[in-house]
Amino acid sequence: MTFDPSVVIPYLPAMGRGALVTIGLWLAGLLASILLGLAIAVGRLVGGKAINLALGTLVQVIRGTPFLIQLFLLYFGGPRIGLTLDELPAGLMALSLFGACYMSEVFRTGLRAIPRSHIEAAESVGMSRWQILRRITIPEMLVLVLPAGTNIAVGLIKETAVLSIISVPELTAVTSEIGSETYAFVEALTTLSLCYWALVEICSRAGRLLEQRLASFRFAA
Amino acid sequence: MRLPNPAVTASGLTKRFGTTEVLQKIDFSAPSGQVTCLIGPSGSGKSTLLRCIAMLEQPTEGTITIDGQPLGPWQDGIGPALSPARRRVMRAGIGVVFQQFNLWPHMTALGNVAEALRTVRRLPRAEAEARAIAQLGKVGLADRAGHYPSQLSGGQQQRVAIARALALEPKLMLFDEPTSSLDPELTGEVLNVMRGLAADGISMIVVSHEIGFVASVASHIVFLDHGRVVLSGPPREVFARPRHPRLTQFLETHVDVEASRLLQ
Repeated sequence: MTFDPSVVIPYLPAMGRGALVTIGLWLAGLLASILLGLAIAVGRLVGGKAINLALGTLVQVIRGTPFLIQLFLLYFGGPRIGLTLDELPAGLMALSLFGACYMSEVFRTGLRAIPRSHIEAAESVGMSRWQILRRITIPEMLVLVLPAGTNIAVGLIKETAVLSIISVPELTAVTSEIGSETYAFVEALTTLSLCYWALVEICSRAGRLLEQRLASFRFAA
Repeated sequence: MRLPNPAVTASGLTKRFGTTEVLQKIDFSAPSGQVTCLIGPSGSGKSTLLRCIAMLEQPTEGTITIDGQPLGPWQDGIGPALSPARRRVMRAGIGVVFQQFNLWPHMTALGNVAEALRTVRRLPRAEAEARAIAQLGKVGLADRAGHYPSQLSGGQQQRVAIARALALEPKLMLFDEPTSSLDPELTGEVLNVMRGLAADGISMIVVSHEIGFVASVASHIVFLDHGRVVLSGPPREVFARPRHPRLTQFLETHVDVEASRLLQ
């Protein structure tokens, strides 16, 4: 059997559309992960014991089970509890919940790393608890956890491939079809890997660039 | 001695951390519009006393009165509940400068000083920043407004922290060892800013090991040891000879001998 990458050329426009869906899913999922992750982390910080326990259990369960199973449960099990979703919203929802649980753990450790004295300085000028959270603690934490957060963002790109299982028309689903039509599985999957790798590379570079831009925020010695 | 119109008084103030009694029935008074310095060896309770006045620490027993507003009385660590809003108003009237500066690293010098003007005073951004620039000018740092704390020297950071504490025009300024984490060549610029404030007649309570500064600027000195007030009064009385033996011991062991010789 020969390796002939030119087989995929006629399918490039289709792959491009798939890539756009992947990127769209990733960006939307990332944004939702950050917002929901922040809500979980802050909720656990200020919400008291019961809320902390409930959110902590949710995070443990999501982090302790395969994403594929979570997706199946939401998509196939959802209708039983009245949650009937199309492929795309179901995929996005599962991805966001998964990402949010990982993000929340990063945020939580970041929040704990903020020096108590920075919060005291804010209390001593009369800022309220909510103002301190919004203006001091969360922004300081976001700078602090940027490298770890980038890691999770990168992981999320690759996790989008799982959504092909419920036929979300993203990059992996499109490319598998090319494989089935032409039997050039190796060529199609190699191209697919290169696409993901390129996306991951762009994301980590963006993360590092942002880190450099924010270097001046880092804590003074 | 009785002081006219005190900015702060504390009576029977006790603070326990577990079984350690850091403050033991302190009676304390700081005159309004003047500089009161708290001196004493490490662990004498002077920083804890300052933190109680700054409302960052809750006393176990006793009462504090700040600018006529009573706090407490506390009994076994329990005192009258203060509404969060009332607490914030009182805190906004007290400027606090910390040993470690505690500037917010994600904000510029300007952002640090303007923050409370925007969030606590709710001034529009332009007005808050104009006032912040004016405050930075007072500490000689108007040209560093756009710098982040990590881009400033220790002395500059502490001057920004003073500008931040002054931004809300507090009636009382508290300094917790403001030069202790600075290199010797940087302490002067901070002490000079503090001298300027003292000359402006703002009420100040300063915890400091800079005996030269204390002797020249303080109008009232309180010497603490093991959580008790050993001596208090104007410098000429406190440093008068024959000197209290505990104070002599403190000056000899905790302070540069050269500096203590200046007081003779």
